[in-house]
Amino acid sequence: MTDWIDIASLDDVPQRGARVVKTALGCVAIFRTAEDEVFALDNACPHKAGPLAEGIVHGKSVTCPLHNWVISLDTGEAQGADDGSVATYPARVESGRILLSRAALRARVAA
Amino acid sequence: MTEKLIVIGAGMATGRMLEHLFDAGAEYDVTLFNAEARGNYNRIMLSPVLSGDKTYGEIVTHDDAWYAEHNVNCRFGERIAGINRAAKTVTAENGDVLPYDKLVFGTGSNPFIIPMPGHDLEGVIAYRDLEDTERMMDLGPDNKCVVIGGGLLGLEAAAGMAARGVDVTVVHIMGHLMERQLDEAAGYLLRRALIDKGITVKCSANSKEILGENGKVKALLLDDGTELPCDLLVMAVGIRPNVKLAQDSGLAVGKGIHVDDQMLTSDADVLAVGECVEHDGAIFGLVAPLYDQAKVAAQTLMGAQAQFVQKELSTKLKVTGCDLFSAGDFADGEGREDIVFRDPARGVYRRLVIENNVVKGAVMYGDTADSNWFFGLIRDKTDIADMRETLIFGPAYQGGTPLDPLAVVAALPRDAEICGCNGICKGQIEDAIAAGATDLGAVRATTKASGSCGTCTGLVEQVLAVTLGDDFVIPAAASICGCTDMTHEDVRRMIKSQRLTSMPAVWQECGWKTSCGCHVCRPALNFYLLADWPLEYQDDPQSRFINERKHANIQKDGTFSVVPRMWGGITTPDELRAIADAADKYMVPTVKVTGGQRIDLLGVKSEDLPAIWADLNAAGMVSGHAYSKGLRTVKTCVGTDHCRFGTQDSTGLGIKLEKELWGSWTPHKLKLGVSGCPRNCAEATCKDIGVICVDSGFQVSIGGAAGMDLKETELLVQVATEQDAIDVIKAVTQLYRENAKYLDRIYKWMGKVGLEWIKATVESDRDALVERFELSQTIYRKDPWAEHIETKADRYRPLTNLALEAAE
Repeated sequence: MTDWIDIASLDDVPQRGARVVKTALGCVAIFRTAEDEVFALDNACPHKAGPLAEGIVHGKSVTCPLHNWVISLDTGEAQGADDGSVATYPARVESGRILLSRAALRARVAA
Repeated sequence: MTEKLIVIGAGMATGRMLEHLFDAGAEYDVTLFNAEARGNYNRIMLSPVLSGDKTYGEIVTHDDAWYAEHNVNCRFGERIAGINRAAKTVTAENGDVLPYDKLVFGTGSNPFIIPMPGHDLEGVIAYRDLEDTERMMDLGPDNKCVVIGGGLLGLEAAAGMAARGVDVTVVHIMGHLMERQLDEAAGYLLRRALIDKGITVKCSANSKEILGENGKVKALLLDDGTELPCDLLVMAVGIRPNVKLAQDSGLAVGKGIHVDDQMLTSDADVLAVGECVEHDGAIFGLVAPLYDQAKVAAQTLMGAQAQFVQKELSTKLKVTGCDLFSAGDFADGEGREDIVFRDPARGVYRRLVIENNVVKGAVMYGDTADSNWFFGLIRDKTDIADMRETLIFGPAYQGGTPLDPLAVVAALPRDAEICGCNGICKGQIEDAIAAGATDLGAVRATTKASGSCGTCTGLVEQVLAVTLGDDFVIPAAASICGCTDMTHEDVRRMIKSQRLTSMPAVWQECGWKTSCGCHVCRPALNFYLLADWPLEYQDDPQSRFINERKHANIQKDGTFSVVPRMWGGITTPDELRAIADAADKYMVPTVKVTGGQRIDLLGVKSEDLPAIWADLNAAGMVSGHAYSKGLRTVKTCVGTDHCRFGTQDSTGLGIKLEKELWGSWTPHKLKLGVSGCPRNCAEATCKDIGVICVDSGFQVSIGGAAGMDLKETELLVQVATEQDAIDVIKAVTQLYRENAKYLDRIYKWMGKVGLEWIKATVESDRDALVERFELSQTIYRKDPWAEHIETKADRYRPLTNLALEAAE
């Protein structure tokens, strides 16, 4: 199956942290939770495009470093009173490697 | 005529007994003898003193003013030469003969010293009093210490010294640690936790001989020939009631001084309380029964009826941050069954010993939240047949809907203990409330409930709520965030009193409602933990706001700004050239001079940060921490070097201050200013801490602000020398670090605690505060840029570049 792109080792992303992957259309943020789940979201807050990868990760959420919007890593939706969402991409961990869905990234280019 | 009462020994039991007497207005003319040259202090708290968490002053339970107020004739540092019970007199060491009507023994216990060869060498001590504690506190990272005894006292001594960096080895004769309180499995978990703290633990180890050199201890020799080198040897193998004086006076003595239910000895005018007594075959070491004895003795002295009853005891302890609980009898035996629960990853272990469907004993390690419930099952001999399957999981799993916590408190009997530290039951709190104590502060003042460690504060409030009904609203002090109901102040108190040294420990003990906090509480907890436990706690970058995680200030477009430190605002042509070169090389769009007398390079890309720092490092510059809740800058004027008005070398002092304080984390940013004369060109009087130099010295003032609020600093103290100024500033900074709420600048903190308290504390505790500041700075006074270039440079770059991949 070539539908998954091997991005990096899970250890390259700190627990409760994030790193970015550069693409032709801006960065995708790869998050790792305390429970070692990984999530991939556009690295731009729906509010003022703050770099979500620089935020504080808690539970399955990240808080944008610019104005403290809290974004769900699961759905990309802003939490609480704020309204907005960012795109999410399928990501998974296999044998300690982080894999991103090639099809989803391609769809992003096409969109 | 007022009766004469002589008390021998100023310990925790006699101190409490005197309190009861005076509170009841008893008419006694009291003389208090103590062999230690000091009055009553809380001996249990010697461990926090050892670890540096508390000072001796903080654990004194009765001070000179208290003795004076109650006309206690204090004879501290004096022993008793003899007692003549027929004449009813006591002879002091200096020959004074004092008559008594009633005599109370509170002679406590003596540490047991194993009489092995070398036990009398210099450097062999017990762990009993302040002197012993001070001996241990004198050790540092260059020292080795051996502790004989793996019981509570020995382990606390070991942990306290390990926290000071001492190389500690614990030698224990039994197969596992704390064998009287713990079974083997729990002992193993405890051992593992101690080893993780760098303590060497040797169990089943027989000490043979203490080796010395020139009369001073050198090493401990074990049976198997192992030699353990040490500078100090602490023997913590047990205590024996101190009965010598009682025996010499002809009182009935067994293991301890025999007393009846009224705490009377074999002589009706002589009482005894505390660790020196034997009651119904038992001797006592825990504080709760001692306090019960004190109360009974006071009643007896006042001619009232009271009876001391031994209670089933449980032990709930915290050893080096590990929670332990044991109660009842947990030895193996015929007809006894075990229910065991283990969660090795979390370090949790629970074991219940069951006999005939009744819980006989319980051991818990790691998670003791349900210990009171299990203790209740043991005490009440509850039949557990119906809940046996889920018993081990605790009360939450026993069917039905979870009870409203207020209903649970309402259902507690009057003799249910609420405050374990002070032995205060629900009934006493209810009585205090009926007598007019209608808020937490008043209950604390009149009963002492929740006044010691503070863990039962919530329970006390619930008793208030249940008793007063709608008249009492549990004060809705703002909690830190939605993850917890506790305030910043409560959490700080818990971190200190319960020795919580990790974030999971705080989440667990303070009942966090989320799995790992949020962006509001995590940075606050990270600061509290590193400020209170600089050695134990490891800074968590993932709990820091991005600026502190990446040591640069994030800008609205996601780029960063870089500000190298310019000590006291002084720079050189070489530094300026290096900054200019860096600005060119990394195409920095904006270069700005800041208000803190340095240069800001704005618009640097995240991935360029390590490289630009390396260039600045190479020119001798380090991080300016322009992004931190920590020391920012020390702004200076040119002082006596150039200025015709300057009175002192303000630039020099500013540079010294910055070199001492840089890298320290504080509740909020910390900006200093030093002006060389009252013309105040460095604008020192609107800084967090400002120094104005005058002819006669240095005026140190604090609490200025020039942001959303405008405040002028207020004078803390005027000192004569530069060194004094530096020390005072370190002390007040440390006091602020230890006490303020996260994100309170000094002026806000000062508004809460008051300048007078800050003045008094800095004056009385200056040296200790400076010492703790310095201890913390041994970890944090370093350049984070250099460290990140070395260890984390890859974190600043993208994981990978898929630009080509995605474009296919």
